[in-house]
Amino acid sequence: MCLGIPGEVIEFVPDQPDLARVDVSGVRRVINIGLLADDPPKPGEWVLIHVGFALSKIDEAEAAAAMQFLEGIGQAYEDELAALAESRIE
Amino acid sequence: MRFVDEFRDADKAHALSAKITALCEPGRQYKLMEVCGGHTHTIYKHGLEDYLPEQITLVHGPGCPVCVIPMGRVDDAMALAAEPDVIMTSFGDMMRVPGSNGSFFDAKAQGTDIRMVYSPLDSLKIARKNPDKRVVFMAIGFETTAPSTAMTVLRAAAEGLDNFSIFCNHVTIVPAIKAILDSPDLRLDGFLGPGHVSTVIGCRPYEFIARDYGKPVVVAGFEPLDILQSIYMLMLQLSRGESTVENQYSRVVPWNGNTVALKAIGQTMELRPYFEWRGLGFISHSALKVREQYAKFDAELLFSVPGVRVADPKACQCGEVLKGVLKPWECKVFGTACTPETPIGTCMVSPEGACAAYYNYGRLTRHRVKEATTS
Repeated sequence: MCLGIPGEVIEFVPDQPDLARVDVSGVRRVINIGLLADDPPKPGEWVLIHVGFALSKIDEAEAAAAMQFLEGIGQAYEDELAALAESRIE
Repeated sequence: MRFVDEFRDADKAHALSAKITALCEPGRQYKLMEVCGGHTHTIYKHGLEDYLPEQITLVHGPGCPVCVIPMGRVDDAMALAAEPDVIMTSFGDMMRVPGSNGSFFDAKAQGTDIRMVYSPLDSLKIARKNPDKRVVFMAIGFETTAPSTAMTVLRAAAEGLDNFSIFCNHVTIVPAIKAILDSPDLRLDGFLGPGHVSTVIGCRPYEFIARDYGKPVVVAGFEPLDILQSIYMLMLQLSRGESTVENQYSRVVPWNGNTVALKAIGQTMELRPYFEWRGLGFISHSALKVREQYAKFDAELLFSVPGVRVADPKACQCGEVLKGVLKPWECKVFGTACTPETPIGTCMVSPEGACAAYYNYGRLTRHRVKEATTS
């Protein structure tokens, strides 16, 4: 919790304008992109994800840097990824 | 110098370190506060204080939203979970926070229906799938997390759900910083602004710190170099007698924040007149509650909570650690009675707490061992 994790937008969820499928370190899950309604992300773009919501767009370089930082955190990041893997919001 | 090899650009780190040192006035001590759990992690993990001159001390402030929840509020949450037909849902790091009679984790082990969720949207899904149950979401976090709770409440309203509510314990960072600035315990020279909170609220809310208290603020990223650069920017302002807000993390943080997020919070929540913070006491306008229009999603109205104020255990010095008055290793029970396996207070329970961060990363630093054994 409270970790902002980078994820790549893979595709939108059909019929659900606020939802998108993202890839976070190989884990694919649906998250809500409603907070970016003013400038929605497109497939291939990266976002900062926090408790199932995209908080902001980030570029790929920043995503890589964030990943490195998170991997350095160790257990807390693993727990966050495990929690995300259990998430089924749709 | 340690950790040279772990920095992605060691030369830059060296250069920043030298520039920071050059900006220190001889004989002057500097105390810089950071309030973000992610910053604490980076600082401890890379031993950034060892990279700084002796004159600069980094102090960790109340940036852990789990840590600042008073025990009485945890008891309230436990009471909600114990209500018949309630499924309590909560983020993972809340599960082990001790109230007067154990934690969510303990209650779950005894059969109470408490489920860990990654997102408030998972909680909403549980509500949809269990129409005969009343699902409560333990909403905690600063402004980073409040928008997600807000959007979930809006979704619940749009879907006409009548078995979903939140127990709102969202807190706001600015009043906590103000309370610390007003506190006689601590003289601070500047602040490292939180990275992700700022993606939501932007940088303007910190302007009062620079304007009214004359302390510079630099919103910082999470890499070691981000933090060193931010410290350099603070020291530059201090050397020039300036105090403004700067955004070192501009690649992620927009100056005006996230308007959609702020709107969602404003629509569903409002500030409580006051709220009790562990260690800081009552702070006015520092926490959020559900707005009247969304009362059917407010667990505090749907259920009755004990609302009892509970003092921390005598041995616990979380309050002083949260204010930055004590360093984790200065707490009398740090590492002995209070460890991550057997936490007494929230600074050790939450991975974002100063004590947990220090326990996991900082303890093995020779410098710290030396300090702990000679202080």
